Amino acid sequence: MSDDFIKALCERVKDHAARKAALRIRGGGTKDFHGARLEGEPLEVAAYAGIVAYEPRELVLTVRAGTRLADIETALAAEAQMLAFEPPRFGEAATIGGTVACNLSGPRRPYAGAARDFVLGARIVNGKGEDLSFGGRVIKNVAGYDVSRLMAGALGTLGVLTELSFKVLPKPPAEATLAFEMDEARMVETVNKWAGQPLPLSATAWEAGVLRVRLSGAASAVAAARAKLGGTEAADGPAYWDALREQRLPFFAAGRPLWRLSVAQTAAPIPAGQPQLVEWGGGLRWVCGELDAARARELAANAKGHATLFRGGDRAAGVFHPLAPAIAKIHRRLKDAFDPAGILNPGRMDNF
Amino acid sequence: MAAAAPADHRAAALSALAAIRPPVGVVAERERLAAFEMDAYIQHRETPMAAVLPDSEEQVREIVRALGRLGVPVISRGAGTGISGGATPTAESVMLVLTRMRRILAMDAAARLAIVEPGVPNAKVTEAAAPAGLFFAPDPSSQVVSSIGGNVAENAGGVHCLKYGLTVHNVAGLRVVDGDGDLLEVGGEALDAPGYDFLAILNGSEGNLGVITRATLRLLPVPEATQTLLAGFGTVREAALAVGAIIGAGVIPAGMEMMDRVVIDACERYMALGLPKAEALLLVEVDGGVEEADEMLATVRSILVSCGASDVRVAKDDAERANLWKSRKGAFAALASVMPDYYTLDGSVPRYALADVLDEIHALGREYGMVIGNVFHAGDGNMHPCIFYDATRAGELERSEELGGRILELCIDHGDTITSEHSVGIEKLKSMCLQFRDGEIAAFHDVKAAFDPAGILNPGKAVPTLKRCAEWGGLHVRGGRIPRPDIPRF
Repeated sequence: MSDDFIKALCERVKDHAARKAALRIRGGGTKDFHGARLEGEPLEVAAYAGIVAYEPRELVLTVRAGTRLADIETALAAEAQMLAFEPPRFGEAATIGGTVACNLSGPRRPYAGAARDFVLGARIVNGKGEDLSFGGRVIKNVAGYDVSRLMAGALGTLGVLTELSFKVLPKPPAEATLAFEMDEARMVETVNKWAGQPLPLSATAWEAGVLRVRLSGAASAVAAARAKLGGTEAADGPAYWDALREQRLPFFAAGRPLWRLSVAQTAAPIPAGQPQLVEWGGGLRWVCGELDAARARELAANAKGHATLFRGGDRAAGVFHPLAPAIAKIHRRLKDAFDPAGILNPGRMDNF
Repeated sequence: MAAAAPADHRAAALSALAAIRPPVGVVAERERLAAFEMDAYIQHRETPMAAVLPDSEEQVREIVRALGRLGVPVISRGAGTGISGGATPTAESVMLVLTRMRRILAMDAAARLAIVEPGVPNAKVTEAAAPAGLFFAPDPSSQVVSSIGGNVAENAGGVHCLKYGLTVHNVAGLRVVDGDGDLLEVGGEALDAPGYDFLAILNGSEGNLGVITRATLRLLPVPEATQTLLAGFGTVREAALAVGAIIGAGVIPAGMEMMDRVVIDACERYMALGLPKAEALLLVEVDGGVEEADEMLATVRSILVSCGASDVRVAKDDAERANLWKSRKGAFAALASVMPDYYTLDGSVPRYALADVLDEIHALGREYGMVIGNVFHAGDGNMHPCIFYDATRAGELERSEELGGRILELCIDHGDTITSEHSVGIEKLKSMCLQFRDGEIAAFHDVKAAFDPAGILNPGKAVPTLKRCAEWGGLHVRGGRIPRPDIPRF
């Protein structure tokens, strides 16, 4: 099946390239809300699913990009392992390909790494209909430019992901969630101070005057950290982190625009004039409500970061933070080289 | 190598460099250029047209622009510790030497970030971070000398990669001058950036995509406790199986290093450390909370014993830990006592294949009648077989290279990569044609052209031309080593 699917995919892409007819790459369709425009005929890739190789002792997993996240997590859990970047699903149909294309990572990101950090290799079909493989299945690999990692977050604009290899990690045996009442400024200072100490932090989240901190690791390490940090054991524990990751908390009220401000972890509270939820040790500030795009970008830039209109809102002014001219120049050249006909997810990443 | 650059070309380049304000240090005398004629890939040397030593990012931009207008290639160089020839000059190029840009611009303990110039030696970063209880994780064996710019360009590894990642995982931001002479600000203090992930592409780009002028490095808290063990095994196979068993038990060691009898004997001769009498040694380091490290130590110890370790030593304090590491850290120096010359390969194989591949390597050594020593990062599956030879004996270099090619083939058969942390440079250009097909090679050239359309940054390194791959394929030379490293390969 492998050869047939990829061969057919290459032919389809070639055909569209010849006609300059856009293709909209679609896995489970759970991230249709994300990115700028959806253009072109759907290119369904969810059928190309399944685990290609998984050897727990190697800490390496190779999967077809259409594999559902849920299936991957079940297979890993059977060996007490996990995708350490804790990807959100935003729906049961979510695939690993879409997750990597969006470089989506969950609450553990600041302490374990992002999706891109765990990508070891990628097989792609570029906009010329060529079947290419980059990276590999080993932890250390410096042969050739790291094109596989470049695919993470490229929103499918440089190639259709077909197979991916990841580094996986053991699941921490123990976990605890602590809650603290504190204001935002003190929270920023506190979570950064703790991140500089050898503590088994695996997530932080602050909203409405309450900071939650998750500890994960060896039972002894979690117990020692709990004694050191104080606070109260949060009753909602794991359910809270799931709801945060999937944006099901009441904070993410449906129908309101959701801005994602990715900023310096130590940045002072951002005066956005709308309710905020702060995770990633201060590095990620969700703003729920109407916010002028120019104002959002100014606020993010002042905090040494960038702003994305993650869900909803007026998408006319672009979704992603505008790129500096020198950076945009190289984006254009890369896009033109990987997808000369401009047919792969055109406009999904604003101009690319 | 190509003939020396035409005199008028050289004169034009020197006069363009002399026009830069504020004035920039230029070395043009042949005798003084000897310092830059090779990096640590000593099989090949060349005198460059000139060397230029900027003090500032603005000067780097001016240099790239001025030389770009003249079409004169620019080869970046840090401390020159690279062992694949990434900073080997060509006669018609100018060396851009970044060692004068060696300031630590900011050490932000609260944000766990260090902002440094490219010439700062790796070890200086951890030294400066230590008072705040922080460290910079990538620790290539050259770390006392090698500079951050070079570490980024080579995506340097070291002994702690399995747990703490490579350079690419520990760099938050870069400032880079591209082939157009434009300044790129990539990444920064936030945990991600809009657009394509240029940090991923620039780490490990071997000076081909841009000149690194500044790096923002992520620092990590120093673990509360560290435990180190050294175990002796009666066979290499037992030691290799223990590596997989430890990881299979859910332990991620901070470091897991292995060395075989050839290396053990060399270390004993060189340093008289009183190492266990064994066919293989496994050095394992675990870190974490005090109790956690003790628990991992107990787990690792019982696995080592059940896998057949006869002599397990645990460091009681930092002095003993340093002593246990002495053999590993001094191994490459000790190996020089085996034979006058050796070179080191850099393949990776899956851990489950380690035992088989090591057996096959030793069988190849017997077939060629040559000594091979193995000292390597077992936890990563990153092997560094060292082949010993005496270059003064006729034909020995060529035979060692042929043997190296056979070993690299083994690595490709079992694994995925021709180079795990030493990079391609000029040394492994040919092997790139074994690992990649034309489509991937063409994509690498596309990436290069996006950052450096005129192709003036370190041309001919890291990625072979399709034409050369076709010629090499036609010769049907298997294996990784190029028989004549003095022949230009682009």
